Amino acid sequence: MKALTLAKAGQAIETREQRANWRHAVFFQAKKILWVTVRTIIVSGICFLILYPLVAKLSVSIMAERDLYDITVCYVPKHFTWDNYRIVWRYMGFPGTFFNSFWLSFTTGLLQVISCTLVGYGFARFDFPFKKLFFGMVIVMLVVPPSTIMVPLFLRFRFFDLFGLVKLISGNTINLIDTFWPFVLTSITGTGLRNGLYIYMMRQFFRGSPKELEESAYVDGAGPYKTFYYIMLPIAVPMMVTVFLFSFVWQWTDTFYTTLFLEKMMTLPTILSSLAVSINYQEFGTMATMSPAYASMLNNTGSVLVIFPLIVIYLIAQRYFVESIQRSGIIG
Amino acid sequence: MRPMKFNFQDFLLKLKRSLGGLKFLKPKTKLDGETMHMAMEKRRAIAGYVFISPFLIGLLFFFLYPMVQSIIFSFHSIQIGTQGYEMTGAGFSNYYRAFMVHPTFRRVLVESILQMLTDVPLIIIFSFFAANLINQKFRGRAVARAIFFLPVILTSGIILAVENNDLLLGIMSGAIQQETAAGAVRALELRTLLLETRLHPRFVGYIIDAVDRLYEIVKASGVQILIFLAGLQTISPSLYEASTMEGATGWENFWKITFPMISPLILVNTVYTVIYSFTNPNNPVMEIIQNTAFAESRFGFSAAVAWVYFLVILGILGILIGIISRWVFYHE
Repeated sequence: MKALTLAKAGQAIETREQRANWRHAVFFQAKKILWVTVRTIIVSGICFLILYPLVAKLSVSIMAERDLYDITVCYVPKHFTWDNYRIVWRYMGFPGTFFNSFWLSFTTGLLQVISCTLVGYGFARFDFPFKKLFFGMVIVMLVVPPSTIMVPLFLRFRFFDLFGLVKLISGNTINLIDTFWPFVLTSITGTGLRNGLYIYMMRQFFRGSPKELEESAYVDGAGPYKTFYYIMLPIAVPMMVTVFLFSFVWQWTDTFYTTLFLEKMMTLPTILSSLAVSINYQEFGTMATMSPAYASMLNNTGSVLVIFPLIVIYLIAQRYFVESIQRSGIIG
Repeated sequence: MRPMKFNFQDFLLKLKRSLGGLKFLKPKTKLDGETMHMAMEKRRAIAGYVFISPFLIGLLFFFLYPMVQSIIFSFHSIQIGTQGYEMTGAGFSNYYRAFMVHPTFRRVLVESILQMLTDVPLIIIFSFFAANLINQKFRGRAVARAIFFLPVILTSGIILAVENNDLLLGIMSGAIQQETAAGAVRALELRTLLLETRLHPRFVGYIIDAVDRLYEIVKASGVQILIFLAGLQTISPSLYEASTMEGATGWENFWKITFPMISPLILVNTVYTVIYSFTNPNNPVMEIIQNTAFAESRFGFSAAVAWVYFLVILGILGILIGIISRWVFYHE
């Protein structure tokens, strides 16, 4: 009798618990669904914000000019045309300028990856006098606006000389403006565009990689250079790809150093910055001006042409982005 | 006296003896453990210098030397000829002119500082939020990530500059706001709503401003999202597991684990954002510096402006780092 009531009571408790559990589960599920909905809305909203200008650029670039003034046209052109591309292609001097830009970004990217990897490894794994001071200089280099050393750098490459040797031999200094040499020299020595950041990234990466690998190589009798080349370099490839990507992209779109060091030689960004003006000058002369809407249309077309190669490279290399930065442990 | 004959073998021997004073070149003999260790350390120090040597050369020739030159330039006026340049002393007149004579410098400087101070918190908060979003697991996460990082390449250098001055995109985004039931009215409604909560009007204005400029903030946060995401992924999941076992809610987990663990990166990101917004060639102060140098050929004046600017940046960075590092939690 007693046992029966106990069992009954137990059953009642069990069901009450079950009910509570069930209620809890429903509540939890509802909360989850609500959050997923909110998250989806937010994520797609941000994606829209980012992609929208790109889509707008693309759609403007294939419109005819009269579509711009037509209120019923929205993104999908009524008068589809490649004319904008034809004009911009010609005025940007396309194959030539494209290859100028490409070789410039490619060489600087490659050289910067090499120099920053070496320097980053040096800072990460060796102890030597004044190390803190020199690494402090890397940080200072990041903070100094490039415009501070702009004029002296320009003059240095305009009247280039090695300890007065060149002047002694040929009686004149060399003019390196309008060549790739200023870019090559600053890249080799890790002082190019935002190289402080790349050195910092490489150093953090090497600091985060396991020491045991190197130690076993040392035990086997390999010197520091051999160890670096055979052990550390292969590990560092994802990080090097990331640095190369950054360096390529930022060089590709940079107008600061390209306008500083290149006067006659044209690259994509330098042309793009004055594209509408120069087309206007060539087509209409100095007296007439084209409509601002048309100028903007040409600018957008030019932007699409500049961005397109970057997007291709980005799509190929983007999976390295997070992986390598995560492994680098920027936290320090 | 016998004429001195140059004996090569003798010379080599002498050279060897004098070099013998340097420990690391000594021929390898049997060494006891301690001296071996010392020799090893010295070798590694030298290897370290070899690794960072490219940077040392660059630092000297393309950074420190130009920096010093730039200080000197700022106290001179400079004439450029075909053979070189001439300097004539100008005392503090360049600095005087920057502050007292130049029509826009003071205003532009203050404006760009204020702009930066309003942007930095917004960018940090947004990128932190966005990184948390794309750190969660959901379908299409890889795509969302790829899109979230697009601003890193889409909004650098020339592309950003063209976009900022673009007429059509401005009109089109205006149209979007109108389509979604008149952006201005909506903002007004939001404003009255916020004002009714008895918040400070300045704070309300700040939020309205943030909503209006959401796209600019999203554009500026690519790298910051990347850094935050990398940081989020280094937090060990066992921390969350343990605290959830103890009965902590997601909200508590966020404030007690995620936030402190990520706080060093808030510092990193703040510094990065400040540096990036100041040294970006599209920054109006940078434009003044570049224009006075190359459009007006006033190199001395340009150097003076650049130095004033650099010192201002250093000051602001110092203050910000001082404030934020009080709140940073280091996990060690």
